[in-house]
Amino acid sequence: MEPTTFEDVFEGKLAKNEMIEPKDWMPENYRKHLIRQISQHAHSEIVGMLPEGNWITRAPSLRSKIVLLAKVQDEGGHGLYLYTAAETLGISRDELLNNLHTGKAKYSSIFNYPTLTWADIGAVGWLVDGAAIMNQVMLQRSSYGPYSRAMVRICKEESFHQRQGFEVMTHLSFGTPEQKAMAQDALNRWWYPTMMMFGPPDAESPNSENAIKWRIKRETNDQLRQKFVNQTVPQVEYLGLTVPDENLKWNETKKGYDFSEPNWVEFKNVISGNGPCNKERLASRNKSHKDGEWVRAAAQAYATKQKEVYEAA
Amino acid sequence: MTTQEALFQYALRLGDTNLILGQRLSEWTGHGPFLEEDLALTNIALDITGTAKSLLEYAAQVEGKGRTEDDLAYLRNDRQYLNAQITEQPNGDYAKTIVRQAMIDCFDLYFYTELAKSKDETLSGIAQKSIKEVTYHLRHTTSWLIRFGDGTEDSHNRAQTAVNELWAYTGEMFEMNEVDAILIKEGIAVDLPAVKLKWEKHMSDVLEKATLVKPENVFMHTGSRKGIHTEHLAFILAEMQALPRMYPDAKW
Repeated sequence: MEPTTFEDVFEGKLAKNEMIEPKDWMPENYRKHLIRQISQHAHSEIVGMLPEGNWITRAPSLRSKIVLLAKVQDEGGHGLYLYTAAETLGISRDELLNNLHTGKAKYSSIFNYPTLTWADIGAVGWLVDGAAIMNQVMLQRSSYGPYSRAMVRICKEESFHQRQGFEVMTHLSFGTPEQKAMAQDALNRWWYPTMMMFGPPDAESPNSENAIKWRIKRETNDQLRQKFVNQTVPQVEYLGLTVPDENLKWNETKKGYDFSEPNWVEFKNVISGNGPCNKERLASRNKSHKDGEWVRAAAQAYATKQKEVYEAA
Repeated sequence: MTTQEALFQYALRLGDTNLILGQRLSEWTGHGPFLEEDLALTNIALDITGTAKSLLEYAAQVEGKGRTEDDLAYLRNDRQYLNAQITEQPNGDYAKTIVRQAMIDCFDLYFYTELAKSKDETLSGIAQKSIKEVTYHLRHTTSWLIRFGDGTEDSHNRAQTAVNELWAYTGEMFEMNEVDAILIKEGIAVDLPAVKLKWEKHMSDVLEKATLVKPENVFMHTGSRKGIHTEHLAFILAEMQALPRMYPDAKW
């Protein structure tokens, strides 16, 4: 039967694994869901620049300084593609930023944890970017064209970052006893927050069902979390470090590890504004934006003057 | 002073100048006035820090005492640093950062263009790579300087204040000492008075376009050629060198 309504065309495209493009009709909920998800992702990249940027001026070698600068710049670049992708859904950058600055929009709660030592830069690259990649690889096949294409590029860079993070961890883990202790301490502090990045357990995840139906997401939170643990434990063993979980055990039947759930009370606390750095992160974003106001105004004023000169000529 | 010693000092001077400037610029990363500009300034910081690494690597090689570029960056004290004082000046507002950067970019363009002709192949190679980068940096920073000068009253005042404050640190960039004398004789170093003429002309043109006033008869600070700095440098080094100093046996 030929599709008769906009809705049929939309559903038909999803069924055939075709991309939805900005000019296509889409249900309002689909648009809203995407704006929320893409802008959260963009905000996460931008806020994520802060905990890592924290160590640029203190990177312990010139090479690591350059690598970290480039990495943080990449994150900003990801933010830029994603804001642009969100704009194709009919929302402006100003509105998106305003939602971030007023605390209306969320960003990944992982960035509300502090980077206390240099080893945290290794752990963030290795674990946090590693977890992000698990989510993002799936999003490369997401149904919305601009999002999917942005993710292809982002994934390439993220896997590079993950290797760089692992390299920092390798230097530390095979370095002096103090360096190794620094690496273990970072793993202890980042393990559970990283596990939280996949979101609440499937049974309690309010947005997952539609996301899967619309092919915005393709695997559930719990599936991704399991995959992450299975992939990461051998890397921890290679480093000679210990996962901070007494219940971690290989389960032959499911061909995966059994592991402890993160503390979901803490998760809810951090999400609702009570993480260690929520206030600092938001204050820092707001300050930069406010300090930049006169710069943007100057650019605007100059452009207007130039236009007048051009039109008069 | 032997030619080798002079070359070591010269590479250090250039390396330190880039390193400290890169350090200052990277303080902006994640805090820029808007995202695109944050990325652009970080890009400049990256180029400059990369140049610093190449130059310090070369300094270490010329010295021939088994030190690495990291030893030179992380284990020397402020009195042993030879960076120009302008590079260590605090970022201030975005106008001050842009003015400082435009002044240095303009110097770098003419300086590296000359250094590219050096008989020292390594310095010439580093200079050739830098010219490409610096050309882009200068275009970026001067276009902002013009926007600030000819933008709003607020941006104009900020830019003029920054020009007035920083002008006093520009004289030092053109100072020469025994190191320069020895290396110019060998066809290695750049004759700075010639660079100064081009720099002044270029800066005057930019300031005029920006409707800003070029300061006249300004007292010029001096000292960095002898390792004398402003109070800011020791803080920059304390932050930058903390980890290698705290863990002297560690490799990163």
